[in-house]
Amino acid sequence: MNSRLSDDAIAGTMERLDKEAEEGGYHLNPDKEFVKNLTKGLLTNVERYGYMACPCRLASGNKEEDLDLICPCDYRDQDLVEYGACYCTLYVDDDIKAGKKEANPIPDRRPPPEERQSTTQSMMAAPKGEKEMLRLTYPVWRCKVCGYLCARESPPLVCPICKATKERFERFL
Amino acid sequence: MGMVHVKGKNAGNVILYALSTCGWCRKTKEFLNELGVAYDYVDTDLLAGKEKDIARKEILKWNPRCSFPTLVINNKQCVVGFDKNGIRDALQL
Repeated sequence: MNSRLSDDAIAGTMERLDKEAEEGGYHLNPDKEFVKNLTKGLLTNVERYGYMACPCRLASGNKEEDLDLICPCDYRDQDLVEYGACYCTLYVDDDIKAGKKEANPIPDRRPPPEERQSTTQSMMAAPKGEKEMLRLTYPVWRCKVCGYLCARESPPLVCPICKATKERFERFL
Repeated sequence: MGMVHVKGKNAGNVILYALSTCGWCRKTKEFLNELGVAYDYVDTDLLAGKEKDIARKEILKWNPRCSFPTLVINNKQCVVGFDKNGIRDALQL
């Protein structure tokens, strides 16, 4: 891993991630050493690819193909519900945070390569067949990470709940 | 492909496909070190171009999700993820 990353940069990012997680009702793994290594991995990926690709998945380097695995990934919230932790175990539920349960490895929910497709174009269009049903003053956008909905001309630059960036939004209505 | 050899007792041909940034891959390496078996590993994210493609194709043969860690034993058996019991069973330890 890249050793140019300073301890200060890693500690600063850990602090920010923890603050943002707690503000949104999420928790980081209580195992500080584990989180430190994951944070190092995330920052390594920022240097390498230009975005925070999941440290436990192989990024392609093409941002559009990798949008779903930019941390927090599209699969985090479902995994938190089902397993109490996300795939890389950076994020955990209340029980693991409180030390009542241990974080264990979980299967990857990300579909295999042949089932994935780049859906950026279709995601920005209104869902088919529903245009006639609803006449909305504003389109409704959905954050694919946490499900936050907002009605406005375009998605927000950053999701106010989970801090995902605007490319992670899809047209919902 | 730039495999790194880790010395230890012979438990067959043990190949670990890992990511340098992944916490569970790190734990898998530590566990193999603890078991004291000889193995070869490659940090797939550090490969580029053709080498990365070759590694990806090899992993896909064993693990259609191409997830990490993927451990291939004797070119016959595969353990996906940090699965201590699975690894012990596969290595017959």
